[in-house]
Amino acid sequence: MIGGPKNFALRLLLIAVFLAVWEAIVRVFEIPLFILPTPSNVFTALYRGIASSLYVDHVWITVTETLLGFVLGTSLAFMLGTVIALSRPVEYFLYPFVVMFQAMPKVALAPLIIVWFGLGLTSKVVNAALVAFFPLMVNTIVGLRSAEEDKVNLMKSLAATRTQIFWMLQLPNAMPYIFAGLEIAMIFALIGAIVAEFVGAQAGLGMLIQSMNFTMDVAGQFSVLLLLSLIGLGLNWIVIAVRRRVLFWDASQKFDADAAKKEAI
Amino acid sequence: MDAIARETAPATARDVIAIRKLSKTYGGTGGGVTALSEIDCTVADGEFLSIVGPSGCGKSTLLKILAGLLPASGGEALLNGSPITGARKDIGVVFQSPVLFPWRSVLGNVLLPVDVQQLGRDRMTARAMDLLKLVGLDGFEHRYPWELSGGMQQRVALVRALIHDPALLLMDEPFGALDAMTREQMNVELQRIWMERRKTVVFITHSTSEAVFLGDRVMVMTPRPGRIGDLFAVDLPRPRPLDVMTTEKFGVYVRRIRKSLNAGGGLE
Ligand SMILES: Nc1ncnc2c1ncn2[C@@H]1O[C@H](COP(=O)(O)OP(=O)(O)O)[C@@H](O)[C@H]1O
Ligand SMILES: [Mg+2]
Repeated sequence: MIGGPKNFALRLLLIAVFLAVWEAIVRVFEIPLFILPTPSNVFTALYRGIASSLYVDHVWITVTETLLGFVLGTSLAFMLGTVIALSRPVEYFLYPFVVMFQAMPKVALAPLIIVWFGLGLTSKVVNAALVAFFPLMVNTIVGLRSAEEDKVNLMKSLAATRTQIFWMLQLPNAMPYIFAGLEIAMIFALIGAIVAEFVGAQAGLGMLIQSMNFTMDVAGQFSVLLLLSLIGLGLNWIVIAVRRRVLFWDASQKFDADAAKKEAI
Repeated sequence: MDAIARETAPATARDVIAIRKLSKTYGGTGGGVTALSEIDCTVADGEFLSIVGPSGCGKSTLLKILAGLLPASGGEALLNGSPITGARKDIGVVFQSPVLFPWRSVLGNVLLPVDVQQLGRDRMTARAMDLLKLVGLDGFEHRYPWELSGGMQQRVALVRALIHDPALLLMDEPFGALDAMTREQMNVELQRIWMERRKTVVFITHSTSEAVFLGDRVMVMTPRPGRIGDLFAVDLPRPRPLDVMTTEKFGVYVRRIRKSLNAGGGLE
């Protein structure tokens, strides 16, 4: 069985060995700092950035953009997805737009978004929302349509109205799909915010990476990348924590929980 | 215990269901599948009617029409004298699979008809608990479907079909997915509930012995296209214990029904 304290120690050891080998290679081969910094350089940069509170402001800005974009994008996606799932005419007429838009790499719109919405917060939120939109819309449509025929027949046999079928069957039944969409949307929102910051911003971790790139502060860039992964993990964890509470009944989720339990043992 | 010719069963005021020349063709005009062809039958108030037939002979189609889930292509089906045009609130349906909602507890699933028909949870919860007790599920009301065995899940489905006190219970091979022992146990329980509550029941099965054990009458359906073959009145005293199945008389019914099914090209 994988897991257990012994294997956990082994895991930590593996990370330590990885960092040590990295450090050794850079020093032995005298690789210049602006190509590849050592782990100790990276951690020093991280420490300095946090201690001087420089990073804190930028983290705060990027997280705000991401969360606002996530909320905006997923609410609109849920509403449009619901309308499309419930109405064939709406689906028929909107379909060409949806397909065109879905095929387009949304991050390619970032320069335009900056032109339209400026260098401030709004353009980042809009870009994050745009990128987060599709995964949730698609999953909402699929989820709402996934109710088994027997379950629909049961509701109909009770003389349920369409509204009742939606609230009592289709929506709860779609929740596993919706949460899978929300998980992707959260990470996509972070990507959307960062890309928009690359293109044009006055603050945020994406802008910080850009400016460090100009000054060839590679250790600094690594430290920001590390921060971004931690933010990604944190945001993902929030969605998973909510999903655990809402979807306690979902079989695939139960499987996860069981696996997690086993891992903990 | 003679086969009763279907023409000799006239509709009376006490018939809960009256079916006349009922037909159903899937796939619209031309080239469709004829699932039911000119079916006639009646079900009396409080009667337990078993329907047996091989798979594909249109049993589920008939049941869906009776439940108002499917429109007929021809003929008519009357419930208490009025044509069935759509779903009705006074019908309980049990499908082959339990069809429980995993996000609802056992009690929540049982109260689904109460929520849909806005009968008031406060008033109906006590009744739900009584019915759960009747099927031996007291103490399980706050469990979730995945925590129950297949037999227990089907019992929840049965209670759900009874909660709004429907006059008519429609059951489509409800115990078909259960193992033989659980199935017999469910048959005994269903008979007990039926004797206590006296619903009109239409019970579809492809098990001949289950049909005889439960039914006041057994209707044989033949395939391609679905028609009614023979009707057998089962004259065995109730409550029927499980070992009625080993009696000579029971065996005779089963053999006659088998023969009728074979004659219709039914049994493989
Ligand atoms: N939705 C449908 N569309 C087309 N054909 C169908 C449909 N449902 C059932 N049928 C056909 O109608 C016939 C009767 O089906 P069904 O009523 O399910 O039979 P049973 O329940 O006795 O097994 C079968 O030949 C089946 O293939
Ligand atoms: Mg069937």
